[in-house]
Amino acid sequence: MQDLESLTEEALARVGASADVAQLDAVRVTLLGKKGSITSMLKQLGGLSPEERRAVGARINEAKDQLAAAIEARRAELERAELDRELAAGTIDVTAPGRGQRQGGLHPVTRTRLRIEEIFRQAGFSVAEGPEVEDDFHNFEALNIPADHPARAMHDTFYFPDGRLLRTHTSPVQIRALRKSGVPLRIIAPGRVYRCDSDMTHTPMFHQVEGLVVDEGISFAHLKAVLAHFVEAFFERPRDLRFRPSYFPFTEPSAEVDIQCVHCDGAGCRACKQTGWLEVLGCGMVHPNVLAACGVDPERWQGYAFGLGIDRMAFLRYAVTDLRLFFENDLRFLRQFNRG
Amino acid sequence: MRISTEWLAEWVRPDWDTRTLAHRLTMAGFEVEGVEAAAPDFSGVVVARLLECNALPRAEKLSLCLVDGGDGEPVQVVCGAPNARAGMLTAFAKVGAELPGGQKIGKARLRGVESLGMLCSARELGLGESHEGILDLPDSLTVGEDLRDALALDDAVLELSLTPNRGDALSILGIAREVSALSGEPLEGVGMEPVPAAIDGCFDVRLVDSAACPRFAGRVIRGIRPDAKTPLWMVERLRRAGLRSVSPVVDVTNYVMLELGQPMHAYDLRRLDHHIDVRFARSGERLELLDGSDVELHPDVLVIADRSAPVGIAGVMGGEKSGIAEDTTDVFLEAAFFAPAAIAGRARRFGMQTDASQRFERGVDPTLQERAAERATSLLTSMAGGKPGPLIVTESVTDLPPRAVVQVSPASVGRLLGVRIPDAEIESILLRLGMRVEREGPEMRLTAPSYRFDIAIEQDVTEEIARVYGYDAIPAADAPVPQLPGPATELVTPRERASTLLADRSYQEVITYSFVDAAMQRRFEPEAELLELSNPIASDMGAMRRSLWPGLCRVLLDNVRRQQGRVRLFELGARFPVERGLLHERLSLAGLAWGEAYPEQWGLPSRGVDFFDVKGDVEALLGLTGRRHLRFEPAQVHCLHPGRTARITHGSTVLGLLGELHPELCRTLELKSAPVLFELDYAPSFSSELPVFHEVSRFPAIRRDLAVVVSDSVPIDKIRESVLSAAGERLVELRVFDIYRGKGIEPGAKSVALGLILQETSRTLTDTDADVMVAAVVARLKNDHNATIRE
Repeated sequence: MQDLESLTEEALARVGASADVAQLDAVRVTLLGKKGSITSMLKQLGGLSPEERRAVGARINEAKDQLAAAIEARRAELERAELDRELAAGTIDVTAPGRGQRQGGLHPVTRTRLRIEEIFRQAGFSVAEGPEVEDDFHNFEALNIPADHPARAMHDTFYFPDGRLLRTHTSPVQIRALRKSGVPLRIIAPGRVYRCDSDMTHTPMFHQVEGLVVDEGISFAHLKAVLAHFVEAFFERPRDLRFRPSYFPFTEPSAEVDIQCVHCDGAGCRACKQTGWLEVLGCGMVHPNVLAACGVDPERWQGYAFGLGIDRMAFLRYAVTDLRLFFENDLRFLRQFNRG
Repeated sequence: MRISTEWLAEWVRPDWDTRTLAHRLTMAGFEVEGVEAAAPDFSGVVVARLLECNALPRAEKLSLCLVDGGDGEPVQVVCGAPNARAGMLTAFAKVGAELPGGQKIGKARLRGVESLGMLCSARELGLGESHEGILDLPDSLTVGEDLRDALALDDAVLELSLTPNRGDALSILGIAREVSALSGEPLEGVGMEPVPAAIDGCFDVRLVDSAACPRFAGRVIRGIRPDAKTPLWMVERLRRAGLRSVSPVVDVTNYVMLELGQPMHAYDLRRLDHHIDVRFARSGERLELLDGSDVELHPDVLVIADRSAPVGIAGVMGGEKSGIAEDTTDVFLEAAFFAPAAIAGRARRFGMQTDASQRFERGVDPTLQERAAERATSLLTSMAGGKPGPLIVTESVTDLPPRAVVQVSPASVGRLLGVRIPDAEIESILLRLGMRVEREGPEMRLTAPSYRFDIAIEQDVTEEIARVYGYDAIPAADAPVPQLPGPATELVTPRERASTLLADRSYQEVITYSFVDAAMQRRFEPEAELLELSNPIASDMGAMRRSLWPGLCRVLLDNVRRQQGRVRLFELGARFPVERGLLHERLSLAGLAWGEAYPEQWGLPSRGVDFFDVKGDVEALLGLTGRRHLRFEPAQVHCLHPGRTARITHGSTVLGLLGELHPELCRTLELKSAPVLFELDYAPSFSSELPVFHEVSRFPAIRRDLAVVVSDSVPIDKIRESVLSAAGERLVELRVFDIYRGKGIEPGAKSVALGLILQETSRTLTDTDADVMVAAVVARLKNDHNATIRE
């Protein structure tokens, strides 16, 4: 049986030397295959006595098991090495940039308008619209601004040869909505408006949101509350509000609203001209003449209206320094707002 | 309007510092936009007398002055002012003084002569523009007194922004009335004494259109000294109010207007012919105004005319011819009341806003005329001498505006404000505002003062009550929200959804002006009707856009100039096409893609964006509606490449256009490659269909691929139509996965590879089923398009 021992030793060496799974399989066949050397040894047991057969058979089987285990171990080893090679070959540079389009984005004024709409929708307002090319009636007359009214001088109106005009505010939507839908009414009306004016803080086109609530028992106290809630929601922090008496022909009483400066929190800075306050909107109780012009009985219904500059709100929210940047459409400027 | 606090204090003196005064006025509706010092900081400047003044030898323009600055010992100062003369009082900056801007005065030598200080002009002290000579101070001042004290220069000037309803507050008196109402301090009367007539002279005034001018106070003053000077205190007050001193007569009329709010005018009596008519202009009349402009007058313009011609536009500006001249000695003073409606808008029409028109169109107190004329007479005669004639008031009492009477219910005031203010407090507020209040049961009947033109209805009074009560004192209260769940339609694609889709596909939203350059617009549509503004802000912003494309192309050009190599833009906004004179304003969604198809990257080959990139974006957009049967038909549009333009339709409705910018237009705009553009009318394009459930098949699908060769002129759309109609409902998807021209295909033809996905909801399809369908498709293609199977 010297034979078996040397055979086993030599076989183990061959298993260990197999470079890949194919070679290993070949070695397995020469040892454990039908005509393999171990298999033939077992076949030769028949010529031995029963006692010898048992003893020799046991040793051969032991060697066979030993070899089979060695082969499986080697196979696992070779397979793992092969997988490792495959993985190594398949490694990519995960730091290289991803493929495809760059993300675009919405204009900061649109972004701001959508937020304002969202905030007021939650308070039960719906969104109304009107044309930008308006007539004198809707833009002025029905809003209690007759021809030659001094307030017209504040409007710097763009006119067309036929007397039509570009709306100077979103307030004509009040008239259209009241005449169309009647009361009670709770709307906001965002949109483009136009004034013949251009400097650091004025562009000839800008955006406003009009708000209008007409119902029974709506008061100035309600107006104060809704604007305070809005300002806090918009800036996502509490802001002091200051209502100053003012004048608009279509509201009475009228107010201008200042908010605590968003840059210095009221301490005084350049943005608020050291006053601690920023003027953000005009508002008031709807003038009875406006209600009457829309066929609404002012004895029974009362309401409030407000007008807010969207661009100005975006300007304050995003700390922009020049209002004109909004309409220069420099991609490097616009891309700063492509998030969220 | 600029209000000197020192001047105001002559009328009312609450115990408030400037800051408090500014705050109280702001919170009462008179917004203080700024507080300015009346003079810039300077120190060490005193009132001094020139004791001697001699020409400096060998220096033509310089003189050597001996100056008494009140320190006992006169000092010598070299001065270059032409008006320096012995005996005068002037401003003297002593050695050690600091002038505005930080200039320090030290000992100096000029032409070898020692100079111990400096004599100052108005400009050097920041007190005006005048630099023609040193300040000529009135003799009433005390030598040695600090100039800041002597001229009350430590005065604060409030810059007030007044609303157009408060014409009554356009004066020191008006603001003083408000301060008195807010503080409870009494209002002082200044300059109330009438001036008796010294001569008989008067000038006839006739109120021809008495409804437009119901009241006219006139007075002749003869023999004023033409060489008289306006005293410094008045020059200073005018300066602080923002007006320049002109001459004693003009200065006095301005001063009275600033003080009392009554605009006045002074005529050179020599230049008035016979009498004055206040009447509307006659057609064709012209007038040369004080500012030198020559205007044509229309019959709705109220004028002051003498027997021969108009001499001024009432309430706006006087005429040049009858104005005060350097040698005027006899004047006719006018203080009139013009009805606001007769003045409103006229000044604006002539392109001028004057201090007078601003006040008259808002309303001037109709009881103020005599008082103003007396005040002006008294000031003028004290400054320039002269003998006044009697004050003559011509009036038409029935045409004077009646005082407003308003019925006020404290309960409804409370309902409007949301806070119940006690009746007694309401009454007290109204009384302080100069209203007469009569209690009538639970209501009040009040009469507005003659100077208020903005009190007509209860709401006007409510505002008055609220602003004195304090807007901040009104508590905020939440209104009940009606239980009306809002609309949430699925039948229109929301704009923000469409916008977000484009943003996610690399487009950047822009907002461009709705008015564009007409020339640029015409490059896109040469023949189109344009809606043009009468008064554009700039010539290249004069036409309403018919399409968003000119604006987008403008933005493209701007960004190319800013070195952007890849631009994708969209805009959502109204366009304003006019067809046969009728405007069709409509919301439009338009986009532009230019440059590289993708941002430059290692993982994709570089190529320019093309029609089909953008078509994919448009299909995705319109896909939001869930509508099928959208068509892209070849079209011809002036501004687009004739072979690369599609009109997008749904049924018979045109939704918009898609195409590549015309190469010629690209050259004109100096673009090195063509942008691809699309524009969709929002309303027809984005009406959506409600999703409706269809059963999903549980059986496997079969795919059959087919390559057909057709003439190049056969559009893919037609091939798809044929396949769809031949295959029937079992064809669940049709893919066009290759379009090939070139080797192996004869010229003028193309090979189109189609992938047919076949499926049945009730069973598994067999190969035979598929073969039958494919055969039908092939036959149809052969029949419709003369297609052959490519082997």
